[in-house]
Amino acid sequence: MSKKNSEYLINRKDNQYEVVIGLEVHAQVLSESKLFSTSATKFGAEPNTQVSLVDAAFPGMLPVINEFCVKQAIKTGIGLNAKINKRSVFDRKNYFYADLPQGYQISQFKDPIVGEGKVILDMPDGQKEVGIERLHLEQDAGKSIHDLDPQNTFVDLNRSGVALMEIVSKPDLRSPDEVSAYIKKLRSIMRYLGTCDGNMQEGSLRADVNVSVRAKGSKEFGTRCEIKNVNSIKFMQMAIEYEANRQVDLIEEGKSIDQETRLFDTKKNETRSMRSKEDAHDYRYFPDPDLLPLEVSDEFVKELKNNIPELPDDKKKRFIDEFKLSPYEATILVSDIDTAKYFEEVVAKMGKNKDMKLAVNWITGELFAVLNNQNLEISQSPVSAKNLAILVNLIKNGTISGKIAKTVFELMLDGDKDPQKIVEEKGLKQQSDPKAIEALIDKIINDNREKAIEYKQGKEKLFGFFVGQAMKASGGKANPQLINDILKKKLQ
Amino acid sequence: MSDITKQSLTELVKNIKDKKLSSTEVTKAFIERSEKSKELNAYITEDFTTALDKAKKFDQKPNLDLKLPGIPMAVKDLFCTKDVKTTAGSKILNNFVPTYESTVTDNIWREGAILLGKLNCDEFAMGSSNETSFFGNVQNPIDKDLVPGGSSGGSASAVAGQLTPITIGTDTGGSIRQPASFTGTVGLKPTYGSCSRYGIVAFASSLDQAGPMAQNVKDCALLQEVISTYDPKDSTSIDFKRNQNSKELTNNIKGKKIGIPKEYRVDGMPKEIEDLWQKGIQYVKDCGAETIDISLPHTSYALPTYYIVAPAEASSNLARYDGVKYGFRAKGENLIDMYEKTRSEGFGAEVQRRIMIGTYVLSSGYYDAYYLKAQKVRKLIKNDFDEAYKKVDAILTPSTPSSAFKIGEKTNDPVSMYLNDIFTVPVNLAGLPGISIPAGHDSKGYPLGLQIIGKAFDEQNILNIAFAMEEKINFKNKITDWWIK
Repeated sequence: MSKKNSEYLINRKDNQYEVVIGLEVHAQVLSESKLFSTSATKFGAEPNTQVSLVDAAFPGMLPVINEFCVKQAIKTGIGLNAKINKRSVFDRKNYFYADLPQGYQISQFKDPIVGEGKVILDMPDGQKEVGIERLHLEQDAGKSIHDLDPQNTFVDLNRSGVALMEIVSKPDLRSPDEVSAYIKKLRSIMRYLGTCDGNMQEGSLRADVNVSVRAKGSKEFGTRCEIKNVNSIKFMQMAIEYEANRQVDLIEEGKSIDQETRLFDTKKNETRSMRSKEDAHDYRYFPDPDLLPLEVSDEFVKELKNNIPELPDDKKKRFIDEFKLSPYEATILVSDIDTAKYFEEVVAKMGKNKDMKLAVNWITGELFAVLNNQNLEISQSPVSAKNLAILVNLIKNGTISGKIAKTVFELMLDGDKDPQKIVEEKGLKQQSDPKAIEALIDKIINDNREKAIEYKQGKEKLFGFFVGQAMKASGGKANPQLINDILKKKLQ
Repeated sequence: MSDITKQSLTELVKNIKDKKLSSTEVTKAFIERSEKSKELNAYITEDFTTALDKAKKFDQKPNLDLKLPGIPMAVKDLFCTKDVKTTAGSKILNNFVPTYESTVTDNIWREGAILLGKLNCDEFAMGSSNETSFFGNVQNPIDKDLVPGGSSGGSASAVAGQLTPITIGTDTGGSIRQPASFTGTVGLKPTYGSCSRYGIVAFASSLDQAGPMAQNVKDCALLQEVISTYDPKDSTSIDFKRNQNSKELTNNIKGKKIGIPKEYRVDGMPKEIEDLWQKGIQYVKDCGAETIDISLPHTSYALPTYYIVAPAEASSNLARYDGVKYGFRAKGENLIDMYEKTRSEGFGAEVQRRIMIGTYVLSSGYYDAYYLKAQKVRKLIKNDFDEAYKKVDAILTPSTPSSAFKIGEKTNDPVSMYLNDIFTVPVNLAGLPGISIPAGHDSKGYPLGLQIIGKAFDEQNILNIAFAMEEKINFKNKITDWWIK
């Protein structure tokens, strides 16, 4: 497995630089209620309609841990092949901000709920393992809205107290493509587990990106900068590219890199200094005295482990072994849980005499094209798995040709119509009666005697002409294999 | 009955149950006396009109099965009370009216009691003399210009002055026991986790505990059994089998082993305190208990440990008072300016001092040397008690190193003020129950208290010991009603 081709390096006159990236991903826990209160977490609600006295930090209000969120975090930890810590501690991270009602965020500092783990990325040139440093639970803050009034800032506390999982990777990523693959893999695992919906537009998944550069071959890490709160894969890639080049330029100019927190300006496509290390907050972390250390038993973890669904890596392996798919096909089909579900339903509905290859081609070809064009998720597919399975079977058993199938597929898009019915109603059934096709071919040869003679004399290109004529005469319905066979016989 | 306010809670409950008194009569009597007692400045908020309405309503359909049937009661202004202003003695909450009720007060109202008003206290319960309150000093009914102790100074003054038959305070480092000692009343700090902290304005979460303050031990036991409940809304509330403290109360303490810790004999302690302690030792012996000399070797570290842990937690707990959501807000040029002005104007000097200490000890670079070290010492202090309780059932100490002092006497000397809590803070650090009972007077005629410290969840035992001692001591509080013209 050669890595040479895809190695991401930044080249300058005499030097080559490697980029080192680590991510702190903030994933919103999929949960009806918040981490320490019973308020709802629905996205898009009217401002300040999902706020309890606890979320707004009223005097004397106390946090009570939501057990469901704890389970979600542990499940995610299991999905990341990580160590589950039976004892973890909630700490207070103290700082003042208008949308932080308590004046501190409840987080986990020294003792997170999940320890070291790893995820496997499928890169074009092979697999890559990325280490997970930790996963911890914490509260989200509210939202400050600065543009509604020239004088005042408005605060929406709906998000205040919503449970987040912060997943910290080791500095194992080396290119924007790996970052993309990593985020997609995390998203995929969490969607399989049902622990995070991974919706980046709604902010359910966002990341702080740590970037440093070093001379190719160097073992030492360079000084890193942290790019805060990037909320799309594309922006992460752009930010990394900009930031890595900025750092390389500094080194080339003989200057040093300051460890600092930076912001990515998506309009200007550049990162800007937000605060330096010297200005960094002193968060005064200490264990939250309102909460006892969180202790989970072996049985509790075991119970969750036993109920973990099949995850992408295992599913991929099974698809390859059981359905004889290529690794490439399997990767595509397992990457998103809904795609995998769709595929498996198609497989189930195809019954005994199934053509796996054909099914895969139709899903990744025609169906994906339609979804892409109409900007739909596979869960919103206009063609159900059941009907796609019927269509594939119709091709497989020779009822219709692949070409006719495309016509049928077009018609299926309108209201998920049964392909069987379309074929019957439109009379698209393939002509597979050898006698009828023979008669048809006889007539064509008769009508084109001169061309038949030319063919026999060696002008083999004309074979296509006869196939075309026969297809045309049958209205496209004749079995192409039969046409071929009979034509060959007749023109001998 | 003209002497209604002189009756104990137990007597009042009995008289109401026997229909010799109505709730209205009782409530009226305490309101009248409270109104004549404004000079004590015990109340921050009076809720007399509503109280009288509630009393009348109670009398129309009295439920005499309740434990506190139609009993009027004023409570420390640290407990959030629904629709009644709750200030924590601070300007920053001067206009704050909760929409919710604390679990402890809710338990009290459920048993039939009626809110009279909210009692003065040190600002955010930070103080030992009630002098840090934004709403001014509280007078000790014992003598003019004498502090009632703190932080539950208004509560102690109101019980001693018979403005309320009974009350509740909160105790983070001695805030129930020290004022009880200064006013000749009984104050119990329950085991940490016994009473819910839900709805109590937080000072130091790992130390705060609500508790009853009463004229005698039996009243104290009755209120304790009402307020102590397991509460899932407080993650530090503990689900243990709770006693029916007043029913189970007994003066039979024969064979009990009482520890006398030598480390509580501190330098410079007045002789009258030592004498009082010796008297106490004799009393428990007279009751048939045995005293055993014990050692709590880390006692001298308790006060410095407390003054790291409590301010650290307070600095974080008080961050929510930022002018953004509720309470006082000063105008500012921008967000930071608004924060600074709001908190500088909204908090008093002692609160600011503790926020600064707390912020300092949690700062990076100092955390290990202060906060972490203090937590380790706290564990050692707890271990001291665990060791002692292998040999004894309870521990007897003085409640305070001195009697009540004059208003203004210690305001410029915070360390001397902090020393007031020297005998009470170890109990909070170890999360144990402790009760202060009046046990005698000093040369000036001011009351002095003794403290009985129990094992965790063993409130019943220390109440029994206190009950037995109370009988022997036969303490009479010298209240002259000097403030009533």
